[in-house]
Amino acid sequence: MTQSSTRSLTRWLRTDEPASRLQARCIQVYNGWQDLRSNKLAMIGLIIILGLVVTALFAPFLAPQDPYAQDLSRRLLAPGQDGFLLGSDELGRDILSRIIHGAGTTLYIVLLVTLTAPVAGLIVGTVSGYLGGWTDAALMRITDIFLAFPKLILALAFVAALGAGIENAVLAIALTSWPPYARLARAETLTVRNMDYIAAIRLQGAGPIRIIVGHIWPLCVSSLIVRVTLDMAGIILTAAGLGFLGLGAQPPMAEWGAMISSGRKYILDYWWVATMPGLAIFIVSLGFNLLGDGLRDVLDPKKAQS
Amino acid sequence: MKIRKLIAGAGFLAASLAVAVTPTTQSVAATPDDMLVIANRIDDMVQLDPAEIFEFAGMDLSQNVYDRLVSFDPHDLSKGVVPGLAESWTLGDDGMTYTFTMKSGISFHSGNPVTAYDAEFSLRRAVLLAKTPSFILTQFGFTADNINETIKAVDDKTLVIKTDKKYAPSFVLNCLTAGIAAIVDKKLVMENEKDGDLGHEWLRTNSAGSGAYKLVKWKPGDSYILEAVPGYWRGDAKMKRVVVRHVAESATQRLMLEKGDIDVARNLSAEDVKSVESASGVAIDNDLRGRIMYFSLNQKNPVLAKPKVRQAFKYLADYKGMADSFLKGQYTVHQAFLPLTYLGELKDQPFSLNVEKAKALLAEAGHADGFEVEMIVRNAQERLDIAQSLQNTFAQAGIKLTLSVGTGKQILGRYRDRDFDIYLGAWGPDYPDPQTNADTFSHNPDNRDEAKLTGKLTWRNGWDIPEMTKMTDAAVVELDTAKRAGMYVQIQKDHQATSPFVIMFQKIEQTGRRTNVNDFITGSAVSDVHYWTVTK
Amino acid sequence: MTESTDVTSGQPAVSTGRLSLYLKKIASLFFTVSLTLLGLLLVTFLIGRVMPIDPVLAVVGKRASNEVYEAARLSMGLDKPLYHQFFVYITQVFQGDFGKSLLTSNPVIDDIARVFPATLELATVATLIGVLVGVPMGVYAAASQGSWFDQFVRVFGLFGYSMPVFWIGLIGLLIFYGMLGWVGGPGRLDIFYEDMIPTITGMILIDSLIAGDMTIFWNAVSHIILPSLILGYYSLAYISRMTRSFMLEELASEYVITARVKGMSEQAVLWRHAFRNVLIPLITVIALSYATLLEGSVLTETIFAWPGLGQYITTSLLSADMNAVLGGTVVVGILFVGLNLLSDFLYKIVDPRARQS
Repeated sequence: MTQSSTRSLTRWLRTDEPASRLQARCIQVYNGWQDLRSNKLAMIGLIIILGLVVTALFAPFLAPQDPYAQDLSRRLLAPGQDGFLLGSDELGRDILSRIIHGAGTTLYIVLLVTLTAPVAGLIVGTVSGYLGGWTDAALMRITDIFLAFPKLILALAFVAALGAGIENAVLAIALTSWPPYARLARAETLTVRNMDYIAAIRLQGAGPIRIIVGHIWPLCVSSLIVRVTLDMAGIILTAAGLGFLGLGAQPPMAEWGAMISSGRKYILDYWWVATMPGLAIFIVSLGFNLLGDGLRDVLDPKKAQS
Repeated sequence: MKIRKLIAGAGFLAASLAVAVTPTTQSVAATPDDMLVIANRIDDMVQLDPAEIFEFAGMDLSQNVYDRLVSFDPHDLSKGVVPGLAESWTLGDDGMTYTFTMKSGISFHSGNPVTAYDAEFSLRRAVLLAKTPSFILTQFGFTADNINETIKAVDDKTLVIKTDKKYAPSFVLNCLTAGIAAIVDKKLVMENEKDGDLGHEWLRTNSAGSGAYKLVKWKPGDSYILEAVPGYWRGDAKMKRVVVRHVAESATQRLMLEKGDIDVARNLSAEDVKSVESASGVAIDNDLRGRIMYFSLNQKNPVLAKPKVRQAFKYLADYKGMADSFLKGQYTVHQAFLPLTYLGELKDQPFSLNVEKAKALLAEAGHADGFEVEMIVRNAQERLDIAQSLQNTFAQAGIKLTLSVGTGKQILGRYRDRDFDIYLGAWGPDYPDPQTNADTFSHNPDNRDEAKLTGKLTWRNGWDIPEMTKMTDAAVVELDTAKRAGMYVQIQKDHQATSPFVIMFQKIEQTGRRTNVNDFITGSAVSDVHYWTVTK
Repeated sequence: MTESTDVTSGQPAVSTGRLSLYLKKIASLFFTVSLTLLGLLLVTFLIGRVMPIDPVLAVVGKRASNEVYEAARLSMGLDKPLYHQFFVYITQVFQGDFGKSLLTSNPVIDDIARVFPATLELATVATLIGVLVGVPMGVYAAASQGSWFDQFVRVFGLFGYSMPVFWIGLIGLLIFYGMLGWVGGPGRLDIFYEDMIPTITGMILIDSLIAGDMTIFWNAVSHIILPSLILGYYSLAYISRMTRSFMLEELASEYVITARVKGMSEQAVLWRHAFRNVLIPLITVIALSYATLLEGSVLTETIFAWPGLGQYITTSLLSADMNAVLGGTVVVGILFVGLNLLSDFLYKIVDPRARQS
């Protein structure tokens, strides 16, 4: 992109009189981005997450060794020894390579949950809020029931019922984490439901589905994104917790929680086996938290309120 | 202003830290002199009725809370069966009628005297309740219908037991040392009977024994506490109180042992044993347990069925290499199917890693170039380690081994369905008599698929052995104990020479203890832990 | 802000119209809560039935004959239709009967009574830490918005949200117990103190005080401090952040500005004026975080061998002890709903704005 076209793009984004809806939306996003960019912590978070994505995508090229290759003669070596940058685990596998491959697992969990729980919450919440009446009462009762459950225990129960494994762990997490999104979406829907322009659209003969999907959903999305980003760390931690309890990813799959779990046996003499994957989880969760925190400041009109 | 805030914040942190630091002097104190504190995995203990107990932690408790008619001498297990609550016994001329004379002057913890009627009740009860371990008694022909005649107290001091046919007396007596034969307090148990359950419901969470200790409290999955009962007939226990706490992790047990928070750690991993050995005030005891590690060749596979091939495999395991490296301290080389310390044990070790000899044998069998074969193995660390070592040594003789790893259930399923080439796994005896292993390693009355003798390892491996089956049957009914022991030695020798079982190791249990704890006897392969022998 | 006089002017006269309104509200609340609880029971019950584990086999053992198996199945009512089984289950639960645990051979309700105090004790100490440290942190962070302390509180909180508890627990044990010996090891007491004092409340800190045994008290403190600090960190992170945002809102309001203009000291403004108004929403926040901790923090309890509710439910779950799982989950659910309700109630009673709407 040339200098002048960049400048004209900037001007287009900075105008006070947007010519189209698209331009207005772009300006909104651009302004938000400018705000976000000035938030150092959020940028650190963003960099961490981008790092996670890049690591996950290029894992086979980045990992110095095969994450599954065992070598019993070179087990439990300290970081830096014998070419193992972060040490080797109890089967002589390279911990760094396993962490790099584990990034993909983590990203996979994050994506799967993002595609399920908030979407389910959005549907339930907006339908409930827009239709009101008995539908609302019924849907909200169901939401309450799920909210009243101990989360990790419900997830445990689901995994136990469905069988241990990463997809089931994700499903269990999604099943336990949609209710807050439904609540949020419902609250947002209630505030816009009776607005004049929704009434106007309704008068034009639009059906409830069209109104919900076409007009209410877009309004709920930004607050949902903030919430999801903030929850992401929790989701990663829950998935790792399930892995730690042996109910998430199954060996020999490289997953950080399971790595800590198998490394804890050796923690007294070989601290790195459990510590390294723990650090990875910590850094990635922190990344999501930092970004989510920044996003909230930018997107939430009431600023630092939760 | 800012400084003030800082101080406020620091104040809170300091306050919480202060709380954390104060009690440190207490937490390193040693345990009291008359108390034994043990860390063990006891979450497999789900109830305490001796008629149902069949897992390690429960057996340990039963051993110390209940007595049996006969038992082993913990200080000399090789002595064989010695008197317990029965002071003597005789075998009738028919070879089937055992008459026990009870010791007098012994009472239960409740104060009730121990009589032959209690023994009668306890044994009948075990048969009637028909819980998992009851087969140890019912294999002598006791049934719910005949126990009124076959297990009978004549008077307070005399109990008569009648088996359905002649068995080796050592076999019968060994089985009477098992946990299922524990003697319970008839009066107390029946006071707590509900809906004709013979007090089972009550005894699941209470104790009614005559042992050195009585149960004070059991918190399932967490801990149990025993208290010494004064006037125990084998001498008062020195440790007045025994606390056993469930600690799942080896690393945690080791930490607590090093700190002196516990006296005994019973589940240390090889890694942790290695590290803790050098710590001051800590000693490691090694004790043989009954578990046997082996691999076996399915005789349904025509290649593996060739005798020369079977023999070749026995020279293709690096017994010593494994026992000295990753199995160090946890397993010892052992090549016969009866665990060491059992009646009829065989110490011979005719096999060692010898690739040349194996190659020669394979060549004689027509497989000089080797072949490909699959091994099924459970997804457990030490088994995988062994499998990988075997893979390595097999390859040296040209045998390409592929490993199929699965969960315990999957692997066992295939084993029982005879759907495998080679199986790698372990076998643990059910009761302290050679018959428990002989019955499965050297006895196969019907090798047909339809027979479905899935409980027998011989059948699972499709090994048809009419001769050896007869020998095993004969050993079970041999009245002379010494002669019987000799018969097992002979069977095991034949077994070593011909069987498709490559028996490699026997389990060693490593117990970590503080050096001031003495005589913590874990009972080897035939018995369980004894708390009442311990001194400090 | 004019409505606030309602509260300060003492008990407002309750008219009959208002009373019936209250009754109506209470009735609808009652309806909502019982519906939620019923749903909770239904879901737990269904999970129990969907589990690929044979409850009969768990009772009779693997070697049981077919007749024994069938008899047990009938006696457990498993031949009846599902809705019938559910009805029976509900009836029993209302009588406080959750059945017997397979793992412990005890009535589930007894087991829960045994393990719950451990969780309650841990959660309470953790919440105390969270409140005592988190609230002042939040207040001062708000008072100096944008300062380095404010930034520190924010980052400190975000760190708390990001830490895998099972990992930090392991490392903490390794350092503070293993290496430094500052704190007690896993479990609630050194093992040899086990069962030395009579169990009254089940909370060792309190029981030891009642028994007057300070040695045991300090031993219990040395054991609870690490897990409660770790759990407390989480509630601290949450509480400090919420305190901060409530305070920010309050500090921006007119009366605070007026008070400042009048020359009132900063401390007085912060604590006597702004904080007092923040107290009410804060109660909700604290109740919520307390409720979360009471769920039994499965992972913390696992790491620290803490025999609490979370560990009880988890081990029962993994060994297919469905009575125990159902009972535990229902108790936790009831607690959760109850605490939510209580905080809602407090909020509505005390806060004039919420009552208006």
